[in-house]
Amino acid sequence: MPQRTPLYAAHLAAHARMVDFAGWEMPINYGSQIEEHHAVRQDAGMFDVSHMCALDLVGPDATSWLRRLLANDVARLTQSGKALYSCLLDEAGGVIDDLIVYFFTATHYRIVVNAGTAHKDIAWMRTHLAGFDVELNERRDGAHPLAMIAVQGPAARERFCTAFPATRSAAMQLAPFQAVECPINASAWMIARTGYTGEDGFEITLPAAQAEAAWQALLAAGVKPCGLGARDTLRLEAGMNLYGQDMDETVSPYEAGLRWTVDLRDAAREFIGKSALATRRVEQQFVGLLLLERGVLRAHQKVLTAQGAGEITSGSFSPTLNQSIALARLPVGVAIGSEVEVEIRDKRLKARVVKPLFVRHGKSLLASPSSL
Amino acid sequence: MSTPSNLKYTASHEWIKQEADGTLTIGITDHAQEALGDIVFLELPGVGRSVKVGEACAVVESVKAASDIYAPVSGEIIEANQAAADAPENINADAWANWLFRIKPANPAELDALLDADAYAATL
Repeated sequence: MPQRTPLYAAHLAAHARMVDFAGWEMPINYGSQIEEHHAVRQDAGMFDVSHMCALDLVGPDATSWLRRLLANDVARLTQSGKALYSCLLDEAGGVIDDLIVYFFTATHYRIVVNAGTAHKDIAWMRTHLAGFDVELNERRDGAHPLAMIAVQGPAARERFCTAFPATRSAAMQLAPFQAVECPINASAWMIARTGYTGEDGFEITLPAAQAEAAWQALLAAGVKPCGLGARDTLRLEAGMNLYGQDMDETVSPYEAGLRWTVDLRDAAREFIGKSALATRRVEQQFVGLLLLERGVLRAHQKVLTAQGAGEITSGSFSPTLNQSIALARLPVGVAIGSEVEVEIRDKRLKARVVKPLFVRHGKSLLASPSSL
Repeated sequence: MSTPSNLKYTASHEWIKQEADGTLTIGITDHAQEALGDIVFLELPGVGRSVKVGEACAVVESVKAASDIYAPVSGEIIEANQAAADAPENINADAWANWLFRIKPANPAELDALLDADAYAATL
């Protein structure tokens, strides 16, 4: 029996096509994935992301524990509400999950992890709590469950503040990757200027019991419901990794384009996976591909290069660019700008290697000489 | 949307129209286009190719996934719909009007195995 979010009834009312996603019954689209994609690039769309799992971390050792647990360093978070993207690594340097951690105080953080990996992550975290004075509370279920709604697009912040005027003064002054706990409806919503689309917007974490009313208010403010299908093509265009597809335990962050998230500046910090990363051979690099012929790139297609074979990790049709794009792991040494071949069924089609970032803020990034 | 009674069907969601000259025109059903979502690419069989019943002979790709289209009967491909390949989104707009390819059947007896509209509707 798949799990349902607090917005399940709202999805059905909006004629969503529901699919199973990591054990959750979620909307894949509400009619046209491409229309939903364009709504986020050009105006404002919203996603139910309540299947993702928020974990609250409280205790005097919260900071030291996270500095041990995460490959990125929470010590760089000094302003309350600031968010950090990080990998959770195993001892071999493989990626257990990617997550966002929000800093409130040195003894209070919130972590948001992926839906399908939440149980695995929590089990891993609990085995590493020993010796640290810190408490980890799962907030997807339990006595006070939370829901999450992502409102994304160039008009998203304005529409959100129109729907919830009481949040406007606090929400509109948020810097990117910054969150604030905002009193509203006799509770506190966490409003974060984050997202997974390459557009501006907010991710709202609120009591599950208030989720449906919030969804309806956003709908009334002209925010279009968008499914997981559009979420996938948006994040692909934005060059954002999807856990389980672009990386998993078998690869290190260095082979998944996530070197920038591994913070080695404090030489004294011993995070899990650090020593393995120092010696692990990096034979593959993470790049973008642009299909130069007609067709659609898909995950697991083989890529043939002068330096050896590689594989597509995520691929689809880009509604913004009107051609097929992909993220791929190719041998180190394949240069950006070079031409490779992709095996699609019985054919070999030409593709160009580009930086793994195709669209930001509604605009194609392919015209710039650095990516072509 | 209703299932046209003048067409035949397969359980794999192809529709088949029997033309006056005995050839067959093949497309995908409205149910299939809806399940696939926005269609962005078609790979159609070459004219002259001979296909066996149940053989994968075309591919419909939506933003979501690639789906094989199967030959409903054995025969020879006599035409592929280039207009549909140029504007695959038209299949989402009207799956009944935008065919994929045409077959000259090799063994008319195979037509007996196709579903009528009621039998197809019962599979949905």
